[in-house]
Amino acid sequence: MKPKFDIVRLSKWFFLLSSAITVAGLIFFAVFGFNLSTDFKAGSRIQFQVNQKVDDTKVRQMFQSVGLNIGDTGLTVGGIARNVAIVTLPGQLTPHQIQEIQNAEHKYFPDAKQGIQVDTVDPFVAQQTAHKAVWAILAAAAFIVIYVAIRFEFRFAIAGIIALLHDAFIVLSVFVLFRREIDLTFVAALLTIVGYSINDTIVIFDRIRENLKIDKPKDVESLREVVNKSLWQTMARSINTVFTVLVAAVILYFFGGVSIRNFTFALIIGLISGAYSSIFIASPIWVAWRSRSLPKKTVTDEVEVV
Amino acid sequence: MKWGRFLAFLLMAVVIVGLTAGTVTTIWKSIPLGLDLKGGVDLLYSVETPKGQSLSTSAKQALLKAVELRVNSLGVSSPIIDLEGKNQAGQDQIRVQVAGVKNQQEAEQIIGATAQLAIYGSATMDKKTGQLVPQGKPLATGADLKSNAKWVVDQETGQNAVAIEFKNAQKWINITDKYVGKQIYVFLNGQLLTDPVIQEKMYNGQSEISGGSLSTPQACMALASELNAGALPYPLHLESLTSVGPTLGQTSLQRTMVAGLVAIIIIFVFMIWVYRLAGLIADLALVAYGYVTLLVFDGLHVVLTLSGLAALILGVGIAVDANIITYERIKDEMRNGRSLKSAVKVGNRNALRTIIDSNATTFIAGAVMYFFGGQGDVRGFAVALMVSIIVSLITAVLLSRLMLFSFTNSNVVRRPWWYGVGKGVLKEHEAKV
Repeated sequence: MKPKFDIVRLSKWFFLLSSAITVAGLIFFAVFGFNLSTDFKAGSRIQFQVNQKVDDTKVRQMFQSVGLNIGDTGLTVGGIARNVAIVTLPGQLTPHQIQEIQNAEHKYFPDAKQGIQVDTVDPFVAQQTAHKAVWAILAAAAFIVIYVAIRFEFRFAIAGIIALLHDAFIVLSVFVLFRREIDLTFVAALLTIVGYSINDTIVIFDRIRENLKIDKPKDVESLREVVNKSLWQTMARSINTVFTVLVAAVILYFFGGVSIRNFTFALIIGLISGAYSSIFIASPIWVAWRSRSLPKKTVTDEVEVV
Repeated sequence: MKWGRFLAFLLMAVVIVGLTAGTVTTIWKSIPLGLDLKGGVDLLYSVETPKGQSLSTSAKQALLKAVELRVNSLGVSSPIIDLEGKNQAGQDQIRVQVAGVKNQQEAEQIIGATAQLAIYGSATMDKKTGQLVPQGKPLATGADLKSNAKWVVDQETGQNAVAIEFKNAQKWINITDKYVGKQIYVFLNGQLLTDPVIQEKMYNGQSEISGGSLSTPQACMALASELNAGALPYPLHLESLTSVGPTLGQTSLQRTMVAGLVAIIIIFVFMIWVYRLAGLIADLALVAYGYVTLLVFDGLHVVLTLSGLAALILGVGIAVDANIITYERIKDEMRNGRSLKSAVKVGNRNALRTIIDSNATTFIAGAVMYFFGGQGDVRGFAVALMVSIIVSLITAVLLSRLMLFSFTNSNVVRRPWWYGVGKGVLKEHEAKV
């Protein structure tokens, strides 16, 4: 693709944009915290058996009638005849609420013979899974640094990791800003985003590395030119690739099941951020860092003479 | 036109499409779907702690770890394990949900037997049954062992045995020191396994146990894996067993499957639209990717869950990306004035390094997630990701390359247009010719 504008020169605006989203996310996080689903919070598990196959909407109406909202993933159907409804709700239920649910069950499912069975759920396991995921991502980042530092150079490694963490942060920020629920599927999405982000970044770094061998920039100005050229050379690929994966995520978001909407939403944000950060964050960071060891401008063109 | 090359290309295309169309449904059906996609069984256990004692955080962790290891030894079945409030008897409860279980018997075996290995210094004959029963406190139990027990064949006797190693070597040294010339009694699940006489004091924590029921390699391996899984810190009592539907909801899933299919079709059309015949080759390679990945999942007995599917989608992205990188590279080479054939050759070569580096980095991420992610979802994702990357390297790079080369060399089409090379590029190129 032909260069349309100087990406490296405009990089401070991109840094600003990403920082703004992250800061806004942080402020919202400080004020409201994460909107955690029952996966991560202590909750209640309500189970009851009805006489026919469980009707999802009817169960949701029944809980709504007592002022309780079942989340997208809060309802599971059980039993061989699929006649057992299992509902998970955040927080502990008061005895009064349990009585209300019991009454509502009689009203909505008069044939049901058994009463409701209420258990409290300890979020211990899900929390551990989330902790493990965080550790796994950090450990993965450390090993990626080592590999990229060997294959490329240390500065590329750090720039790539910053882009990777940037994407994770952006997704978290957007979830906080939109008050989206963070559930266990979010963990899977985050892992996917990390995988995509680093893959996407390395492809661009590879082109920069290749062009550096050809052009051998001796000053900041020519270094910027080389990187800008590399970014535009890989632009068609960047756009086409992110388009194909985004198409899948967007279609799954709008036409797929409601219960994976949080997951696909995280994917959409993460894919956009991943593609964006490879071009507009990772590469400029590398330029800024690499520039520090180069003179601003070579005085003459003696380089070419040699 | 070279018919041989073209026929080779056609043959590859036909084999891919034929194999996939012919067997994909059978393979798909034999891959067990996870709890979130298909449902499974819900098992509720009560934790039989000593009276009046409740679980501390560390005890919870130990218990959950032991249960996880038993339910999910490969780390690919993503069970849901939850601690729940106390039951009427005041016992803590643990809920285990697993996919792909067919009957009650199988369900009960999920947690499996606890290999309760205990070594005693004395035992007495039970007068009623005529069997030896342990006496006093055990000298050591399975909890004292490292989890590296394995089946070995004794060098001297040629007997099957299980090699064990004590966590604290000193403990075993002390026992053997105290019991030199005396008998010790090794009990497995309350049954006397063997009662060897300690011949001499040991100077390391290693030993072998053999005899009794451990006559076959299978029995030894079974005991070794039970010992390695670690003893459950508390006995579990199965309270209830229910079958459950998918946690993500049945209708929700059907819609998702249809949406996924639509997405794939759009990707296929997009690739053909942008890269024409080369795009078609990429699509064929993508079909092969999907097919081979499912085959590998089937072979590894991976239980497919949402996170596994997410890794598969990421894999599709990586596979498509490999082709896009290559084709854009081919265009670049043509811009530099190469002929179509030489551009295809050089473009492929130059793209390969990029693809290897980017995929190696992602593979490392997957491998690290596997080792650091513990059991469950993270590990399931990591396995699926690593499989996806290797398969995508084979299909989207090797296979796709093979098809592209045989197609290009067959000279069926000569115009770069068929490779998605645009007018701008073409003019430059033709000007140089």
